[in-house]
Amino acid sequence: MLRPFRLEEPESVKEASESLARYGDSAKIYAGGTELLLAMKEGLIHFECLVNVKKIPGLDQIAQDNGSLRLGALSTHRQLERSETLQEKLPVLVEMERNVANLRVREVGTIGGNLTFAEPHADPGTLLLALDATVVAQKAGGSRDIPMTEFFVDAYEAAVEEDEVLTEIVVPLPDANAAVRYRKFGYLERPSAGVALHVMADEARKSVRDVRIAVGCVGPKSMRVEEAEAVVRGKSLDEAAQLMAEAGDIAGRAADAISDLHGSAEYKEHIVKVLLTRAFNDIRAELAG
Amino acid sequence: MADRERQTLPLSFSVNGTRYDIEVEPHELLLDVIRKRLGLTGAKRSCDVQVCGACTVLLDGRPVSSCTLPAFEARDKDVLTIEGMARDGKLHPIQEAFIEYGGFQCGFCTPGMILTAKTLLDENPDPTEEEVIEYMNGNICRCTGYKKIVESIMGVGKAGEAS
Repeated sequence: MLRPFRLEEPESVKEASESLARYGDSAKIYAGGTELLLAMKEGLIHFECLVNVKKIPGLDQIAQDNGSLRLGALSTHRQLERSETLQEKLPVLVEMERNVANLRVREVGTIGGNLTFAEPHADPGTLLLALDATVVAQKAGGSRDIPMTEFFVDAYEAAVEEDEVLTEIVVPLPDANAAVRYRKFGYLERPSAGVALHVMADEARKSVRDVRIAVGCVGPKSMRVEEAEAVVRGKSLDEAAQLMAEAGDIAGRAADAISDLHGSAEYKEHIVKVLLTRAFNDIRAELAG
Repeated sequence: MADRERQTLPLSFSVNGTRYDIEVEPHELLLDVIRKRLGLTGAKRSCDVQVCGACTVLLDGRPVSSCTLPAFEARDKDVLTIEGMARDGKLHPIQEAFIEYGGFQCGFCTPGMILTAKTLLDENPDPTEEEVIEYMNGNICRCTGYKKIVESIMGVGKAGEAS
């Protein structure tokens, strides 16, 4: 059961930010509500006021801008899944979105809400980390860019200030010799482990010019694991294939895996390695093709 | 917050083609409005956390979990519940197929199954079995083992062909 709350429906980011500033920690942004309302129904949290940001125009656009895609923070998972621009330019994001939760959650839940709620068992943040995405947060006083590497602070805690509104997520397009995969495993409603791998090959597609490895779900927050990247950076693709298990071990340990209903920490670390290795094998096949 | 300060919002929407102009409080859920105020009990409260699909209704043709959607989100929209599927005393072809192929046992998940199947078939009138399974994976049935449900959806419009 939901306890009563007050609803504010601003029509600009500035108004929303002012409402949020006025209420302080007794107000929360409401967009899709797929995470927030569950926690409120359970009585885990309560807010005196919800600020519905869905009446602010222009925050649900998906556009290409030079070498980047700009995803409006109010884009629903379903919108991202169905976007022709994304299907053409960033199919890895479409595939990830197609497998978020279930159809009804995807119809209502937004990408901005998903990131801001910082639920550890979520998919988008991990992939966006490996894509070097940046989040744009705006308030009455101006806007700032938050790199994904600085976005997640802890479980259920993102680096967004009380009076800031997420407006968009900027995703640089992977280059022509890059391949990206997101692989996850789970048997409950939410994913138990998620791994994103972004391999930027040299022009001959023989070696790993640069690489991003991100891990999510197993610990308190999604994170990029630079120590694991260092293992394969600069190596030939053949060498990298041999080294991927080592990178996976490092990534698993770095992710602060927690033992819970999804599995023991040790089990999750193992799954991270398996998923990373599989992702690499798929990427290698794509780069060879 | 004292009761006298409670906020109400006008809610004008249509449910199964009938227009309603009511007032709701921000925290009232669409499922409660439909069940308790409109008396339409086809949509069920079950898991209450958007996992099972028993509370599925269509909002402008799209499936939502009415158990976790504030009623005000239906403003100026068309809601379709299972009660609105039959027209002029005649069952919808998806309902006919569920009967023909035995796509239900206890029936508790059936309204959600049929409404979700409707959005699938509206988008993709001739889905493969794999597409049906993927699309329907957010609707849980604890009786059938799903086989008959998938067969029902695959069989829509092919009534009379069931073996």
